[in-house]
Amino acid sequence: MITLLVNGQRHELDVEPEAPLLWVLRDELGLTGTKFGCGIAQCGACTVQVDGVAKRTCMLPVSSVVGQQITTIEGLSPNSRHPVQLAWAVEDVPQCGYCQSGQIMAAAAFLKTHPQPTDQDIDKGMTNLCRCGTYPRIRKAIHRAAALTSQKA
Amino acid sequence: MNAPANLAPSRRTLLFAGLSAAGGLTIGLPIAAQASARIHLSDGQDVHPELTAWLVIDPDDTITIRIPHQEMGQGTSTALAMLVAEELNCDWSKVRIEYASANRNQREGGKLYRSMMTAGSSGVRTSVQMMQQAGASARERLRLAAAQQWKVDPTQCSVDKGRCLHLISNRSLRFGELAPAAALIKMDVEPDIKTTDQYTLVGKWTPRLDTLPKVDGSAQFGIDTQVPGMVYAAVVSCPEFGGKLKAVDEAPVKGLRGVIAVVKLDDAVAVVADRYWRAKAALDLLQPEWAPGANATVDSARLDKAYRDALDGPMVTAKSQGDAATALAQPGAKVVEALYEVPYLAHAPMEPLNCTVTLAPERVDVWIGTQSPMDVLKLAAKESGVAPENVYVHNQFLGGGFGRRGKHDELVHAIAVAKVVNKPVKLIWHREQDMRRDRFRPQAAIRFKAVLGADGKPTAMDTRVAVGSLLRSLGLNDVPSGIEPMAVEVLATHAYKVPNNQVGVMLKNAHIPVMFWRSVGASQNTFFLESFIDELAHAAGQDPYQFRRSLLLDRPDYLGVLDTIAKHGNWGDPLPPGRGRGIAIVETYGTVTGQVAEVTVGADGKVTVDRVVAAVDCYHAVNPNTIAQQIEGGVVYGLTAALYGEIQIKDGAPVQANFNTYKLLKMSETPKIEVHMSLSGGKKWGGIGEPSVAPIAPAVCNAIFAATGKRVRRLPLKNIDLRKA
Ligand code: FES
Ligand code: FES
Repeated sequence: MITLLVNGQRHELDVEPEAPLLWVLRDELGLTGTKFGCGIAQCGACTVQVDGVAKRTCMLPVSSVVGQQITTIEGLSPNSRHPVQLAWAVEDVPQCGYCQSGQIMAAAAFLKTHPQPTDQDIDKGMTNLCRCGTYPRIRKAIHRAAALTSQKA
Repeated sequence: MNAPANLAPSRRTLLFAGLSAAGGLTIGLPIAAQASARIHLSDGQDVHPELTAWLVIDPDDTITIRIPHQEMGQGTSTALAMLVAEELNCDWSKVRIEYASANRNQREGGKLYRSMMTAGSSGVRTSVQMMQQAGASARERLRLAAAQQWKVDPTQCSVDKGRCLHLISNRSLRFGELAPAAALIKMDVEPDIKTTDQYTLVGKWTPRLDTLPKVDGSAQFGIDTQVPGMVYAAVVSCPEFGGKLKAVDEAPVKGLRGVIAVVKLDDAVAVVADRYWRAKAALDLLQPEWAPGANATVDSARLDKAYRDALDGPMVTAKSQGDAATALAQPGAKVVEALYEVPYLAHAPMEPLNCTVTLAPERVDVWIGTQSPMDVLKLAAKESGVAPENVYVHNQFLGGGFGRRGKHDELVHAIAVAKVVNKPVKLIWHREQDMRRDRFRPQAAIRFKAVLGADGKPTAMDTRVAVGSLLRSLGLNDVPSGIEPMAVEVLATHAYKVPNNQVGVMLKNAHIPVMFWRSVGASQNTFFLESFIDELAHAAGQDPYQFRRSLLLDRPDYLGVLDTIAKHGNWGDPLPPGRGRGIAIVETYGTVTGQVAEVTVGADGKVTVDRVVAAVDCYHAVNPNTIAQQIEGGVVYGLTAALYGEIQIKDGAPVQANFNTYKLLKMSETPKIEVHMSLSGGKKWGGIGEPSVAPIAPAVCNAIFAATGKRVRRLPLKNIDLRKA
């Protein structure tokens, strides 16, 4: 049995220790907001937060995150009101939307370490791929989310 | 096919699946009052009766608009709903959308929602009238129903913001109150649609209806489908196209946890398990033996030569105007000549191909993301042996399409596997399978020759292109004429004035399957033509913007776009050494698009695209928001191909298989992109999903020439040495 803490809930799971976290989230827990894109930690579609840090989960064995707080897009905020989600909606970022859970989880973690990011910070910190090319709006939305967060604080 | 009774999809099962999809889309964001995209199909399970086949209005005034095109990110569902809502005079905040039912369309002879195909930037372009009429028709029925109820002359009744009004008596009724009566109204004549000056919604920057589920993770893609009792399949095909499965030793996976079956297909092998990761891990342990096909020794070098050589062989004339041959043979003619080449490209939608199927003796259900639900329906019927009217296609959001989701090789696999295991199956192509088994943008080579007159303008042009036929490769058509529109689009259709103009084509297919790739023939042909036009401008000693202008004087739409990008792109302003500007323009999918790119080429040869100024004339704008998105996204898609895109062939098989070798553009490499509209109105409504992909490669390569004096005639740029000599 493997114990996982996901979105504040404890799960006892009968899975192999080497099972990738991505597929445990999707297929064992039904949390399908986290996506599969490449399987080799290249694209970031599978990004979640582990103890607040963005992690790509397609190659991450579940055994390595036992006891850590895992947050997926479904658990990012109650009522989907996280500043990053609000900013994403205002800027109308998504096109196909498939990469966006990963982008949002990466951006939310990034803003914790870069509350007032420059464009260069964003270039360095945001490395998830988007085949639809939503990058210009992601950039705008991150600046907006930073502004929203600082207003609140 | 003999699914045991207890696994046949019961009504309960289907309802469960439908409800979970709908329930998953509940929106918690209070920032917009908009309803959301409901992406499941009702298939006759509507709670409230429909007003027309296009519309359901609930008693609480919620309006569900059925969208006959597919949402792959291009925003078509919002744009089409806007066209309906504009005519309906409804409250936009009450609008939600769902896909029109392919099954119902099939049962009604394919006439109700027509082809339902989403390709060729066709959403608005081909369905604008159908959608407008659907909205106008519903509005008129509501108005007549109100008049009936009040027992007044219909001419005294009007419609505004979701209400029917009788101003004389100061009475009004909500759409929700009138919908049941309106559904019974019969009209002999369909009402007129609005003229553009009456628009209040169309043309306004409007948030997408599908944004909210896409920011809270609840949007359902094909890969997210959950069907009770389903198992998972992972599959790998023979690397070489045309090779077959010879044998596979199942011993390595026998008895592994969760593994249910190894299924041998003609040219592939699948592992079925109770979880996807178990299926995939088991698949990786197998070492299938492949029987080579006829092309096991084909590689890119050989293909390059074959396409180049074809340029010296026979051609079929696609366009012949004047006498280019004679002009080229004139002694002393100033001839410019160039050969250009492009490689195969993969579509690489972010969601790899996948589908979920349940097979019952009398019914097949398919959950998938498709650009063409009617083709899915027909293919599932063929593969399963069930009548087409008993196939239900539950289309989901598409995690990117770009043309690839118009042909469903993964569905063939899923049905074959489901037949063997007698259970609902979710089959996912892992990324390597998705990329290696793509149907690619074709490789092509082209040779231009042109004669410049005394004034520097081209008097003659001869174009010879060798490229694969998409229709032959897809088995849709033998193309007996030898001319395929996609092969010569832009080349034979551009508006540049050249008095003697000859375009020849040789459709030449290798064993590598090819198909439609976002912007299709325009994607490579615009690179070819707009680079060559740049060469002509420089050979004539003229400014590339003014040179183009002088050849397009009778086309105000082109001129509008050119002038817009030149102005906003600071054309002519000096740039420091190592930097340059390039310009390109194209008309495709009924839309004129132009771009000015600004690049920096480092001493080490590294290309950085700093800024792209784009303008578009699609004649009418439905939603400027999604138009801007498509331009931004198309630039990134096309720039990715220009900088990095290539699928090489070795031993008859694609070499690149994942994003480590088939690189996608990143945030840090994305230029500043400015979007301008230059709309000229009139009768046409242009497409928007694809056009912006086409001009970026030539705009960038022309900018590189301006910066370095080096002409790029072969993509991708990563293979070109641009270091300072
Ligand atoms: S799926 Fe994990 S990084 Fe691509
Ligand atoms: S929105 Fe489609 S991949 Fe990013």
